[in-house]
Amino acid sequence: MIRTSIRRAVVPGIAVIALAVTGCGASNESDGGSASDGDSGTSLSGELAGGGASSQDSAQQAWRAAFQGENSGVTITYDPVGSGAGRESFISGAYLFAGTDSYISDDEGELTKATDTCGAEPIEVPAYVSPIAVIFNLPGVDSLNLDAKTIAGIFAGKITTWDDAAIAALNDGVDLPSTKIAPVHRSDDSGTTKNFTDYLSKAGDGAWTDDPSDTWPLKGGESAEGTSGVVAAVKGGEGTIGYADDSQAGGLGKVSIKVGEAFNAPSADGAAKALEVSKPVEGRGEGDMAFDIDRTTTEEGAYPLLLTSYLLACPTYDDANDAELVKAFLTYIVSSDGQQAAADAAGSAPLPDSIAQQATDAVSVIAGK
Amino acid sequence: MPRNKPVTSVGDTVFAGVARTAALAIMLALAGVFVFLFIEGFPGLSAPTDVYRPAEDFLSYVGPLVFGTIWAALVALIIAVPFAIGIALFISHYAPARLAVPIAYVIDLLAAVPSVVYGLWGGLALAQALKPVLVWLDTHLGFIPLFVGPASVTGRTMLTAAIVLAIMIVPIVTAISREIFAQTPRLHEEAAMALGATRWEMIRLAVFPYARSGVISAVMLGLGRALGETMAVAMVLSATQVVTLNLISDTNPATIASNIASNYKEASPDRQAVLIATGLVLFAVTFAVNFAARMVIARGERKIAR
Repeated sequence: MIRTSIRRAVVPGIAVIALAVTGCGASNESDGGSASDGDSGTSLSGELAGGGASSQDSAQQAWRAAFQGENSGVTITYDPVGSGAGRESFISGAYLFAGTDSYISDDEGELTKATDTCGAEPIEVPAYVSPIAVIFNLPGVDSLNLDAKTIAGIFAGKITTWDDAAIAALNDGVDLPSTKIAPVHRSDDSGTTKNFTDYLSKAGDGAWTDDPSDTWPLKGGESAEGTSGVVAAVKGGEGTIGYADDSQAGGLGKVSIKVGEAFNAPSADGAAKALEVSKPVEGRGEGDMAFDIDRTTTEEGAYPLLLTSYLLACPTYDDANDAELVKAFLTYIVSSDGQQAAADAAGSAPLPDSIAQQATDAVSVIAGK
Repeated sequence: MPRNKPVTSVGDTVFAGVARTAALAIMLALAGVFVFLFIEGFPGLSAPTDVYRPAEDFLSYVGPLVFGTIWAALVALIIAVPFAIGIALFISHYAPARLAVPIAYVIDLLAAVPSVVYGLWGGLALAQALKPVLVWLDTHLGFIPLFVGPASVTGRTMLTAAIVLAIMIVPIVTAISREIFAQTPRLHEEAAMALGATRWEMIRLAVFPYARSGVISAVMLGLGRALGETMAVAMVLSATQVVTLNLISDTNPATIASNIASNYKEASPDRQAVLIATGLVLFAVTFAVNFAARMVIARGERKIAR
């Protein structure tokens, strides 16, 4: 009897404790909110909805936190639905701004549709620049020198063992095992894959014959979903090699790629340098800063294997408040503060000064109708 | 006074109405899904060649996916069904009640684990653990087409995915089979025993024939789950556009559902249409499988009735 009565008491008891704990949590939160409300020093307020490329997600979190800290009346959301879905929602008007890993183009009529939505050619600024690291897991070897042609050969399945003459020729004095090479690619469509295959096809000296695309163009081979999936697969196997955002490549060996006569390890500075020497896409309006990355640059210290993620916005919005919000948020993102916040949070490369200035100018025209 | 009309009350009318609405609503929802898939997916059947990369047209794009979907589900069933029936029999006929109840409880609990957790476990833990097994299969059973290898160095193979799927469908098949086994008429069992049957013979003579159609339904439910499973497969399988029976290499066909899940996010509009069209194909495949299952069950019932 005593036992049953204790049992009966346990469940409501736990419920009461749980209620008390969550109750406390909630009241703390609301206290914090009202305190910062009082500190608000700007006139901005309202909600701003955007979304798109998942590569920008951690940077967007940092930007959002900092921006909302400054402007407590503003609520910004960024839904990392992916570049394609982000562009689609931007065109339909569901998002006031969108992030995209590939610059918007007319291959499928998206640029025209976006121009229709905005009433003028959309504004497109680079917001998130990140080096892509070629990562590998080979016990006893921490770093390797490879050129684009050799990397292309490895990923195309032409070079199959780590002691292949092509690899050995670039790595004097490194004791290469005869382990088989297992290249890992992304199984999902990804801007990282597009930039990687773009690099291989342009710098690979004919060793890579497929067009750059979000989808891995070859059949067969090891694949994994998402950046974290590729990193996990490379860690999980021996003799594996893959490609991933440099900031997430933790603990694995990284390839230094050949630029000119030197071999450069992935670095934020190198990526920024490569972006600086790249040419803007031809035939775009003033506010459209789409770049064709110069993959074959020989600039000293440059790292041309990088991903550039853009932000899309309209030059004019029907609602003046929407326009103010987008303008203020995007201005913050391309500012040196914003770029530094992303570098701290996501390991991205801050935009070079000249490009940041150009982006600030591009964003400054945003206005209400 | 003779009763000409059945007795009805307001409650009856209301209940009948609610039940009818529920039945119609589910039909409407299904029709709505079909219409959506058809309208959104139709342009995907004939998009520019580029969109189907690395394949060339819709059929060559969806073919390996259909194969992968059915192949993964089939291998999972082959692994899961003997296990599930064994567990169900143990619980209903062999285990003492003291043991049967907790085992049944744990099995049911397996069904409540979300698939993304299975995916994490399968991709990170099971794949690692299976690596030596794959190498062993490659060296010793490499002459069988299923194990020609080369063994994957990361362990993320069709075999791994099928084992994860098998674990996910075991609880469904077990739970239903167990209930049916337990409902075998006591008199049948006692009659078999009285004729001198051992316990195994009694199960073969009395329990299996009685439970047959029910177990087939259970297996078909499990198959349905395996066909549609998305996250676990997407996270475990190293997938690409191929058709192969090889279970242990790094080159495996994807399943329709996992392919949609991993590619939809970054897809351009044309590509999204293609993916939705593959969803339409999955819809059709699932229908076909269920239809076939119904036929099998109906035939089984006729046999028993004879």
